Amino acid sequence: MRTFVAELHIHTVLSACAEIEMIPPLIVQEALEAGVDCIAITDHNASGNVAAVQEAAEGTGLTVLPGMELQTREEVHVLCLFDTLAQIEAWQSIVDARLPDRENEPEIFGDQLIVTAEGDFLRREARLLATSVDISFDEAVGRVRESGGLAIPAHVDRKVDSLIANLGFVPPGLEVEALSISSLITPDEARERFPQIARFPLIQSGDAHRLDEIVGANVFVVERPSIDELRMALQGRKGRSVRIRGKDR
Amino acid sequence: MTLQEIVDAFDLKLLTEEKPFDRFEVSQGYASDLLSCVMAGAGKRSVWVTLQSHSNVVAVAALLELSAVIITEGAMPDDATIERANREGITLFSTEEPTFAVVGRLWEMGLRASRP
Repeated sequence: MRTFVAELHIHTVLSACAEIEMIPPLIVQEALEAGVDCIAITDHNASGNVAAVQEAAEGTGLTVLPGMELQTREEVHVLCLFDTLAQIEAWQSIVDARLPDRENEPEIFGDQLIVTAEGDFLRREARLLATSVDISFDEAVGRVRESGGLAIPAHVDRKVDSLIANLGFVPPGLEVEALSISSLITPDEARERFPQIARFPLIQSGDAHRLDEIVGANVFVVERPSIDELRMALQGRKGRSVRIRGKDR
Repeated sequence: MTLQEIVDAFDLKLLTEEKPFDRFEVSQGYASDLLSCVMAGAGKRSVWVTLQSHSNVVAVAALLELSAVIITEGAMPDDATIERANREGITLFSTEEPTFAVVGRLWEMGLRASRP
């Protein structure tokens, strides 16, 4: 068993709202400098820079999980995390088919850039990504979990794009391995403000749109940083565990 | 105003069981798609206009004792949500019209903003 520090919500320059510094080599360097062992790349409704970040991390010891921050029909943001590129590509094709066919306007929303492992420009993503995919929250959670992934509602404490703000409360009977809180709140404060989340394990995410938002607040004790192992840690099974580090680290 | 007057004035598709809507009083109206806002803002016996169709809509309507929910822009709750609405005694309507148009006509009919 080993300790892995994880930051599971990181945007790249493929997300229009991310800073231009969010390119593979700098993300990897920043994560390593922050003592992070495992990251997930989670662009809005997209995964086109995952492979580049994985390539940039080769040989560094940093694990890069393929992920996406899905925006559902209800405008709820959900982290969708997988083990393999094949899994995220399969999920991406479902999302692509249900993403509104609208062109991005970089002057209004910002650029959506696909880059190489070195961070060099490859192409622009033409479709507007920062919008709602025509898939319900319930269906999305079900499908991600069926295909072996983790579905983790993002920043549930926020007033926008959040499960609790948009849907009023955590749907009864919801099955997810964890909820994610933002950096703006501590786990204790979150549990006090939203007593309904008591039954869920929590992770905390920097929702990094800038390099200095790569926090690495989650300390997993697992055999290796795979989805199965993270799931067991969130469930507290087989000696695996997870805790959120305090701010005084 | 009764719910029947609203049914008569609109081209609404009833998704839940038929009821004697002429005996359902509607006192006020509320429109929002953020359920957290609805929970804080909608008063009893309101009609709630939203394009959300998640099953939490039914729970919120039951909690607040709303008269009915009008789901706009053709958004459709799934079968389980409709069943749940029937179980909880919540009336759901669907319309292709956008929220603004529905609210405007409800206002013209004399319905006013909800106070919790």
